[in-house]
Amino acid sequence: MYIIVVGGGKVGYYLTKTLLVEGHEVLLIERDRHKVEVYGDRLGSVVLAGDGAEAAVLSEAGAQRADVVIAVTGEDEDNLVVCQMAKAKFHVPRAIARVNNPKNETLFQRLGIDVTVSQTEHILKLIEQKIPEKSFVHLLNLRHDELTIVEAHVSEGSQVAHKRVSDVQFPVHCVIAAIIRGPDPVMAMPTIEILPGDELIIVTHSHEEEELKQMLMEQ
Amino acid sequence: MNVVVMGCGRVGARVSIILHQHGHQVTVVDTNPEAFRRLGEKFKGDTLIGTGIDEDVLRRANIESADVFIAVTNGDNRNIMASQVARTVFDVKHVVVRIYDPVREDTYRRLGLRTVCPTTTISALIIDLINDVLPDDEEL
Repeated sequence: MYIIVVGGGKVGYYLTKTLLVEGHEVLLIERDRHKVEVYGDRLGSVVLAGDGAEAAVLSEAGAQRADVVIAVTGEDEDNLVVCQMAKAKFHVPRAIARVNNPKNETLFQRLGIDVTVSQTEHILKLIEQKIPEKSFVHLLNLRHDELTIVEAHVSEGSQVAHKRVSDVQFPVHCVIAAIIRGPDPVMAMPTIEILPGDELIIVTHSHEEEELKQMLMEQ
Repeated sequence: MNVVVMGCGRVGARVSIILHQHGHQVTVVDTNPEAFRRLGEKFKGDTLIGTGIDEDVLRRANIESADVFIAVTNGDNRNIMASQVARTVFDVKHVVVRIYDPVREDTYRRLGLRTVCPTTTISALIIDLINDVLPDDEEL
């Protein structure tokens, strides 16, 4: 895949480095020329100096053939405009924005950004995950049709415990993507029995999340 | 009419003063309190310290009852984001946004924002003035 990363802070730098190791073609766009030089020495010729919200810079970066644009500057307004320009002007199929103010997550999705990543929100969610009572955790939002990925812990008293997947009446648009049993992911085959202690990874419509939660939390 | 102006630079202050003189209820938002000095003594509208890309700040600026939102800070991206918040979240009827970068201006005009691009407008004015004094065959 060809991935353009905009914003050479710590997130952008390590993201670029990791994506390169994973074998992707990556270009990092950063405004600060000094940083560009330093990163160039470390990463090779995959760093471009410029403002990623400027069409000329995106064009030089080859945005028209990019599969993904990821905007991870520290400013939400810059991340928003980079993603919108990439989509409107260069028809980049997937735009991902880092959201510094968690309140902007829903706004960005309404404004056409495919995926938003909020560090603040993420850390909050990680904390929630570590609190045992939080047995239903919202993991990630996907933009298309407002989809959501949630993780649900199955307790002994849960009404889905000891039932087969096919016997559970989930809300219409819920799909169990995987069952995490101990250290292993298990395919959620219709015949498999849900056990206490399982973690269910479920993809659902956002508007059905509450219904799903009620259902899974019911004892 | 109720008007919220984001950015109290020369343009923001002037627009605010004129609208206030015409009897409109104006709230000016700027991150720098010093900027409000540009409004002068006679301005009796409201001022609010904060950034217009924050929904809570806009709410405190009474955006919910605003008929007009004008984004004229020095940052194109800030103006673009704030006007989209005004339009999408608060349903403000008339949103005007200044964008210096002509390409960005063109893109967002196509996306439905009401844009003003000083770069193209002023360049055109200057070219016009020069064309007056140039011989005909050299017209730009």
